[in-house]
Amino acid sequence: MTDVKKYTFKDFASDQEVRWCPGCDDYVILRAVQKALPEIGRKKEDVVFISGIGCSSRFPYYMNTYGVHSIHGRAAAVATGTKLANPDLSVWVITGDGDALAIGGNHTIHAIRRNVDMNVILFNNEIYGLTKGQFSPTSLLGQKTKTSPFGNTQPPFNPGELAIGAHARFFARISGNKPKELSAMFIQAEQFKGLSFIEVLQNCVIFNDGAFDKFNSKETRPDNQVYVEHGKKMIFGHDNNKGLRLNGLKLEVVTIGENGVTEDDILVHDAHEPDPTLHFMLTRMENPIVTGVIRAVEDMSFDERFVGQMEERIAAGKGVTFDSLVESGETYTL
Amino acid sequence: MSNNFSQKSSSELDSVVIRFAGDSGDGMQLTGTQFADTSALMGNDIATFPNYPSEIRAPQGSLFGVSGFQVQVASQDISTPGDDLDMLVAMNPAALKTNLPDLAPGKMLLVDTDAFTPKNLKKAGYETNPLEDGSLEPYRLIAAPMTSSTKAALLDLGMDTKSMDRSKNMFTLGMIYWIYGRSMDHTIEFFQKKFKKKPIVIEANTRALKAGNVYAENLELIATTYQVRPAQLKKGKYRIIMGNQATAWGFIAAAKKANKELFLGSYPITPASDILHELVKHPEFRVKSFQAEDEIAGVASTIGASFAGDLAITTTSGPGLALKGEAIGLAMITEMPMVIVNVQRGGPSTGMPTKTEQSDLMQAMYGRNGESPVIVVAAHSPSHCFDMAFEASKLALEHMTPVILMTDGYIANGSEPWLIKKLADLPTITTNIAKNPEGWTPYTRDKDSLAREWAYPGMEGFEHRVGGLEKNVQTGNVNMQPMNHEEMVKLRAEKVKRVENYIPDLEVEGAQEGDLLVVGWGGTYGALHTAVQSAFGVGKKVGLAHFNYINPMPKNTAEVLKKFKKIVVCELNAGQFYKILLAEHPGHNYFKYNKVQGLPFTIQELMNRFDQVIAAEKVVNV
Ligand SMILES: Cc1ncc(C[n+]2csc(CCOP(=O)(O)OP(=O)(O)O)c2C)c(N)n1
Ligand code: SF4
Ligand SMILES: [Mg+2]
Repeated sequence: MTDVKKYTFKDFASDQEVRWCPGCDDYVILRAVQKALPEIGRKKEDVVFISGIGCSSRFPYYMNTYGVHSIHGRAAAVATGTKLANPDLSVWVITGDGDALAIGGNHTIHAIRRNVDMNVILFNNEIYGLTKGQFSPTSLLGQKTKTSPFGNTQPPFNPGELAIGAHARFFARISGNKPKELSAMFIQAEQFKGLSFIEVLQNCVIFNDGAFDKFNSKETRPDNQVYVEHGKKMIFGHDNNKGLRLNGLKLEVVTIGENGVTEDDILVHDAHEPDPTLHFMLTRMENPIVTGVIRAVEDMSFDERFVGQMEERIAAGKGVTFDSLVESGETYTL
Repeated sequence: MSNNFSQKSSSELDSVVIRFAGDSGDGMQLTGTQFADTSALMGNDIATFPNYPSEIRAPQGSLFGVSGFQVQVASQDISTPGDDLDMLVAMNPAALKTNLPDLAPGKMLLVDTDAFTPKNLKKAGYETNPLEDGSLEPYRLIAAPMTSSTKAALLDLGMDTKSMDRSKNMFTLGMIYWIYGRSMDHTIEFFQKKFKKKPIVIEANTRALKAGNVYAENLELIATTYQVRPAQLKKGKYRIIMGNQATAWGFIAAAKKANKELFLGSYPITPASDILHELVKHPEFRVKSFQAEDEIAGVASTIGASFAGDLAITTTSGPGLALKGEAIGLAMITEMPMVIVNVQRGGPSTGMPTKTEQSDLMQAMYGRNGESPVIVVAAHSPSHCFDMAFEASKLALEHMTPVILMTDGYIANGSEPWLIKKLADLPTITTNIAKNPEGWTPYTRDKDSLAREWAYPGMEGFEHRVGGLEKNVQTGNVNMQPMNHEEMVKLRAEKVKRVENYIPDLEVEGAQEGDLLVVGWGGTYGALHTAVQSAFGVGKKVGLAHFNYINPMPKNTAEVLKKFKKIVVCELNAGQFYKILLAEHPGHNYFKYNKVQGLPFTIQELMNRFDQVIAAEKVVNV
């Protein structure tokens, strides 16, 4: 983009007081987005944040860009209309696990399938925050919540599996407590053409505190989280000596230097591989979990196809006017 | 009016009503359309009404697979496809069985004898053959072997039987053209255009048409032929237009006039899909038609497009409107300009998808949570759909609010001549786009209309957020103070109310004061207009007030209502506008007349009801 002002993160903060609970990861994500935006080279007036309903969906009010706080579950559909109306915009969808995967599940999978060029940030706290603690479609089996006092009996969705199943071209998972990692991820997502789906593991301090402690805390993260990067080996661990390798049709964790395993045995991450099989397996890993850009496969975006077809028809229909339309076909004069 | 036309000479008629009935596969819609188009070209006024089964391909010969197409052609201005048939065309026993009750004794009945086989008779539930058992004696029966005569005419073309049979409807049409003195030229030209790449089909249809024509000429049974003279329609260039097509074009015109791109977010549903089908054909006008995953996504994408600065619309029918309710509330509170078209069909629930009804009025008016007034307007005939789609867009853009446009299956699928409008003939549309970012808020309003200023992404200095939470009356920021909320509720209502200052007065047809004011809205106009004209014509003090604007109502409504002793509100529902009038304009002597059969009013039943109400001592409601 030409003539884009040099912004700082402050340019993207609105004058509204932020009203999340103290300690909520939503603050971290907000700041990470505000820090990413000066780096993406877009004018402020060309950026739109569209959300549904939920704690997370308050997000657009805090951004000094264009924004819509829409209705529960429908952000992806609203955003699709915005993008088709003006494909030059940078469109961001802010949504929660209830918003995107329960009430808005239909819109989520169809936006992914169509590959609308926008960035969807899923704030996955595995709970309904705004309505005060009911289980969500990502809450764990057995999890005790307001609506599951004896333990949740509904098995959860894995957002990665769902997204890749719906043909996501870009899927990333990331911790909600790492501002720098988050900012870098948002920049990557914006630069990817097509729909980027980012699942943020977001801690809700009030209703589901510690849900991700087993992979997100300083102590647990090294051994329980693999941050994958395209072209790099999937190595992790306190001592940087663990890795993932393929054993038949399963991924397994191995230790370099044990049982004859060498670094050469460790898989190199290929986020650009069109075949989703391995990406699918990575999203399913439970210990360690896999974070980073798991899948990034370039494809034409929906808006590109849509506008392309329109431009073709405009070129083919040169000279067509409203007056010629109403006089086309059969007319008669009295 | 068809039911008491006068025969000026032995062969001249003021109007003719024909119903073409046959199997879904018999091409009755096409046959009827050709008769209508030819008549329009010969200068007649026309009105048509298709009546199809909801099954796509019902079993051949079955009663529920019968498809019908009714057309009235006339030498005067008409506005309905007619009550009473002058001719019924029945291509098989099932079509005869289902349609004969609508044919009065003495009227013409045209049947294809070849279709009256034992198998078809049985499928239609006939124990004896009506062609032989004398039951058709009261009618002027013209029984012709249409299928076999068509075959005989096409024999040397080397086509298979099935293909030959496909032309039999043109044989029928040829007969009817002779009986009513219509030229075959237009239809032959139509074949030549439509089947350009299939010369054999052109030849087959042309031969069948001509063979039917000659057959009728030689048939002694047909002693007289008839003429319908050209109508005294306004001079100018016409085309035949269907309601849904007119709606689609009205939006294209509005977008051009407003200098906006048109966005449609929609999900297919009968009888609204044809608007989508029409608009997807026109990306060359920068029309962006998006078939969404459901109605909610349809309306949600429309909101997103409106936020981004397009003239955005969504089209649906009753069940879809129910799904859109919550989002329309969002559009209402965010004061986003958009049009929601509801092509009504028989309800409740899935109801009767291919039949007409006016039973979504309450849903359009009140079918949302919270205090959520929107503009509600209605179209009253196929070509009027053009005007109201345009008007709905103009109101949405100039007043920054969602507008619900009500049409119905009857006018959406019906057709009539349309005096073609050019872009230059249409009113201007003035969008209120923000210009000065200094101190601007999204709730900066026009002091007269109260419409807020429109700013959208891409406009520097106007970055703002809108949403479904209540907002401060000045800044638009989230605000839940009690008095602020009440003020906002009143402000939004007042904004819609003030639209009355921008819409035309209610016009009264027929008597301007007197005994009975007939009140209607939407697609019943044709029947109400014809019935009121007839009553007024014989000296009754009956007037018609037909509402194109329902919310808000025209400013002079109270004045009109008080000029009549009695008011009868006629609707194809159980009394919805009646209830609204009772609430908004109390104190009148209201009666109602309701029909909920999936069918339009007939003129006769309306006239009977007018007499009954005029004579009534106290309120009797049907
Ligand atoms: C139609 C509708 N149904 C229900 C609600 C109530 N509701 C608001 S947010 C929400 C769930 C939010 O959970 P999530 O999407 O996970 O967001 P979080 O608050 O956790 O960020 C519910 C059920 C609503 N606002 N609208
Ligand atoms: S309830 Fe949970 S998700 Fe919502 S703001 Fe508080 S901590 Fe954050
Ligand atoms: Mg949540």
